[in-house]
Amino acid sequence: MKSGLEMEGVTIALEGTALISVTARVPPGEILTVMGPSGSGKSTLLSYVVGAPLPAFDARGAVRLGGRDLSGLGPCARGIGLIFQDDLLFPHMSVGANLAFGLPPTIRGRGRRREAVAAALEDASLAGYARRDPATLSGGQRARVALMRTLLSAPAALLLDEPFSRLDAALRETVRRFTFDTIRDRGLPAVLVTHDAEDARAAGGPVIDPFGQPMDPG
Amino acid sequence: MSGRARARLLPWAPALTIACLLGPVVAGLAGVVAPAFGWYPALGGTEWSLAPWAALADWPGLRTAMRLSVVTALAATAISFGATVLICAAWHGTRTFRAIERLLSPLLSVPHAAAALGLAFLIAPSGWVARAVSPWATGWERPPDVLILGDPWGLSLIAGLVAKEVPFLLLMTLAAMGQIPVRRSVLTAETQGYGRATAWIKTVLPRVYPQIRLPVFAVLAFSASVVDVALILGPTTPAPLAVQVLDWLGDPDLSLRFRAAAGAVLQLALVLACLGAWWAGERIAARVGRAWIWSGGRGRGEPVLKVLSGAAAALSASAVLVGLAGLALWSFAGFWAFPDALPETLSLRTWERQGGGLLERAGVTAGIAIAATAISLLLVLACLEAEERHGIRPGTRALWLLYVPLIVPQATFVTGLQTLAVATGTGGTLAAVVAAHAVFVLPYVFLSLADPFRAWDGRMGLVAASLGAGPDRILWRVRLPMLLRPVLTAAAVGIAVSVGQYLPTLLIGLGRVSTLTTEAVALSSGGDRRLIGLYALAQTALPFAGFALAIAVPNAVFRNRRAMQEAG
Amino acid sequence: MIRSRSLAVAALALAAPAAAQQVDPADWDAVLAAAEGQTVYWNAWGGDPRLNDYITWAGDRVAEEYGVEVEHVKLSDTATAVSTVLSERSAGQDEDGSIDLIWLNGENFAAMKENDLLFGPWAEDLPNWALLDPEANPALTEDFTVPVEGLEAPWSMAQVVFYYDSARVDEPPTTIPALLDWTEENPGRFGFPQPPDFLGSTFLKQALLGLAEDTGPLYAPVDEADYEAVTAPLWTYMEALTPVLWRQGQAYPQSGPAQHQLVADGEIDIAISFNPGEASAAIANFELPESVRTFVLDGGTLGNASFVAIPYNASATAGAMVVANFLLSAEAQARKQDPAHLGVPTVLDVADLPEEDRALFEEIELGVATLAPEELGETLPEPHPSWMERIEEDWERRFGTGTP
Repeated sequence: MKSGLEMEGVTIALEGTALISVTARVPPGEILTVMGPSGSGKSTLLSYVVGAPLPAFDARGAVRLGGRDLSGLGPCARGIGLIFQDDLLFPHMSVGANLAFGLPPTIRGRGRRREAVAAALEDASLAGYARRDPATLSGGQRARVALMRTLLSAPAALLLDEPFSRLDAALRETVRRFTFDTIRDRGLPAVLVTHDAEDARAAGGPVIDPFGQPMDPG
Repeated sequence: MSGRARARLLPWAPALTIACLLGPVVAGLAGVVAPAFGWYPALGGTEWSLAPWAALADWPGLRTAMRLSVVTALAATAISFGATVLICAAWHGTRTFRAIERLLSPLLSVPHAAAALGLAFLIAPSGWVARAVSPWATGWERPPDVLILGDPWGLSLIAGLVAKEVPFLLLMTLAAMGQIPVRRSVLTAETQGYGRATAWIKTVLPRVYPQIRLPVFAVLAFSASVVDVALILGPTTPAPLAVQVLDWLGDPDLSLRFRAAAGAVLQLALVLACLGAWWAGERIAARVGRAWIWSGGRGRGEPVLKVLSGAAAALSASAVLVGLAGLALWSFAGFWAFPDALPETLSLRTWERQGGGLLERAGVTAGIAIAATAISLLLVLACLEAEERHGIRPGTRALWLLYVPLIVPQATFVTGLQTLAVATGTGGTLAAVVAAHAVFVLPYVFLSLADPFRAWDGRMGLVAASLGAGPDRILWRVRLPMLLRPVLTAAAVGIAVSVGQYLPTLLIGLGRVSTLTTEAVALSSGGDRRLIGLYALAQTALPFAGFALAIAVPNAVFRNRRAMQEAG
Repeated sequence: MIRSRSLAVAALALAAPAAAQQVDPADWDAVLAAAEGQTVYWNAWGGDPRLNDYITWAGDRVAEEYGVEVEHVKLSDTATAVSTVLSERSAGQDEDGSIDLIWLNGENFAAMKENDLLFGPWAEDLPNWALLDPEANPALTEDFTVPVEGLEAPWSMAQVVFYYDSARVDEPPTTIPALLDWTEENPGRFGFPQPPDFLGSTFLKQALLGLAEDTGPLYAPVDEADYEAVTAPLWTYMEALTPVLWRQGQAYPQSGPAQHQLVADGEIDIAISFNPGEASAAIANFELPESVRTFVLDGGTLGNASFVAIPYNASATAGAMVVANFLLSAEAQARKQDPAHLGVPTVLDVADLPEEDRALFEEIELGVATLAPEELGETLPEPHPSWMERIEEDWERRFGTGTP
């Protein structure tokens, strides 16, 4: 049984033109970077892997997680976390409720769930922020909350879609380090799509183009 | 219902909804087309014939009545549409426009009948306007004997319709503008030397129009076949065709029902003819418009346009609001002679005497409105969610189906529906009235909810799913709470539509179901302005409360959520 | 399965007696017994708030006395109720109909009787029928010349009167020709509700009675008369009157009570009414100025009775009869005649009432604008309803559909 996230012969085409063709295995704790210019279809790869293929595209190929074939499963059953460039915190919930939304129902009892949320906030250096309105947080804080929300759902893998592109330069460095360190600490296989060479370098893992060819982030 | 059963039912929601909309229309049409061609066994009509049409053609007022219906509809629609375009073009993005936007909800919550009654009191020779300037400016000690209400050209009727339809079209245009980069488009044109309004008309209108086309058609069809407003403001010698058809339906001479049926079918043909004329007008306008765009004219006389359209907006809003204020005053008036601008004495008597009945009817009205809106909301959400989960997305044709109940005249098919309701033993029950209201409420709820529902950022759903949430949890915990404001707005629109229904309530309720609207129209034949004022006010208060709640509830629920506050 | 079938049988068993509850009007105790607990849907024109109040009061009283609930279904046009019964029949609903009692007369009664849409005969079996004197008051047994035959019970008398604002009119015209002269001198200050409004059509008939040389043919079906010759004076008259009417005859008041507002606003000075007590009551209600007075025409005015009838498929037939009987009681009739409430003349033969009941009528204070019974003059009987239909049609063609 193989651990990590595997993509085997994953191809995505639009009206007959191939956009993506990837075969790769991402071991736990490693971040695979897919680099390409905007509009190259990188995000459709993530949609496919997470189990929400876009109807306009013709997508095929196997995705396995920890050796288990994920085909036929919807996004809520795959155990793959997703982080977008926008933090996409639920605007109608408090910071704490956002985190609790990700927390699996197996953690029972009000007290235990509150503790788990508080601990996650502490990990993100946001202790005491549970009752805050997400809209009152800074961009960096929001990005950290989004990451913690994803991690609380105990995913077995993580997909990151241009996660830092909306942050300004100073903030980007800190959030990036926090994100990548956390992924490595938790031993999660992760796929990052980006057009930013800086991101690719910081990820520290292999870098490929949309057709699976290794490339040098420069 | 178990989750699985629900999952199996959901894909059927669009089909069920269409059936709910079209079933009554088709059944009602059958119930009116048959007697139009002589088939009405209960009245001894057991042979197909053209006699009802001959009887209709023999009626001396037919040509005038038809002309009235067509001219009223085309004029009211053209003026409302023109005013809407000019208001948007000249004022969009200004502070005044914000104020206009804020006035929309209260204006939309005024039922047609109440607005017409208010306007009638304003412009009548004995009305508030005449009182305000008499006798000091006019020398009138008595109202002049001039024909204003019920003029044979239908001008008052057109004015009444315009005052109510401009807010509706403005709302629809605003919704359509939300999907277009208006500011950028106009700015780009302005930097090329175009005037602001010209820029809007040349760059935004061509993209907005396709989206407000169906609402414009609905306005056209409504104006061609309106009954309640025509009863209050329209001419009577003769009346527009729809009113005449109802007169015949209600005539003790039961043989007139054949003529009425033929008239109802003719009414449908008139509506279709109006739509055809408008369609032809669209072609011509498009051609002229293209030439105008090619000509590169930068727009002149824009200040005049701005003043004119501003005046139009102010006039149509104040006609409704001041008229209502006048009626409100009447409900507290003692004796109030002409030309006094204010009543001699004020009295609570009308309210005391009528208060009990008023409350009871308000309860029935609210109950029907809430039930019809809840059903509509449920079906609409099921349709939209089915679209989301199963990809069952209605094409443009299906959107047309949604408009069928709004375009086929009520006077045509609700009459046939009555027979159906009686045949199934459901006539006169609250349930049947609720169902009939839902036919008219549902399209409006769909129209106001579909865009915000579809515009919702789907990545939110994806994120929630990747956090382990199933489709139900995403819907109830994420999507609907985030859409609370548009959902409540759609509900308020639904309630306003239901409260305003006259014909379906009367005919399907068999007169047993008494709402504020049926009561107001029944009382209006008695001409007592105190009672009319009382009921017009109550009739307005109910939808207004709905709109107020649709604003207040999300504000209260989300008072600590900045991103959920209303923009602006 | 078995249980659901037995439930269905039980439901049938429960439904059966309700459907078969047509009672014998002659057995009044049985009627009272059947009526208790019933709800009577009374369809009656709802355009007059004072009358609505009266119906509410009557409903409260029968609820107290007999346990019968009354729901007033307010109509803007009585013909709607006729249509409803007709729709029910065409849909095969011959029982449990939605209407139990209708206030009607004239055309609507004729239409319902002709189409067999009425229950009965029952009216002459009512205990309070004894308080009437049909011999002295033929309007009680002939509704617009159509024999009543016990299919409806009277509850009001009506007589044409005119009211005028004495602050603006010194001497009101008291004949039909004088009315034309007055209106020509005061153009725009007289109007009547637009036919086929009941009152408007009544004005046409009143004018015809005041102009025709021989009124005899009016009391037989119109087909038997030389219509053109009989009505010629009416149309000559209307040709002259219409251009000097309120709004030059291009718009009309839409109902009788709508004239209140016009008189109060000073738009018109003279208006027609079918209720001799209407003006006083409207003054009390701030609807008319206190200077309004009532007058009648020389040579008499039209009078008729208003009735209540029961549709053949009524749900609460017994309850409806109990209500009709109550409406004929001295208590109900005296309240009705009191201008403080309605001011509508009674159908009862007051002179022959028991002492105590008669006192109820003698106590009534007629209002300032109400004529004493002896001042009301002669009552002219209503023409055959076919005249009304034909005249309405003709008027509509000549005056109601724009310039030909």
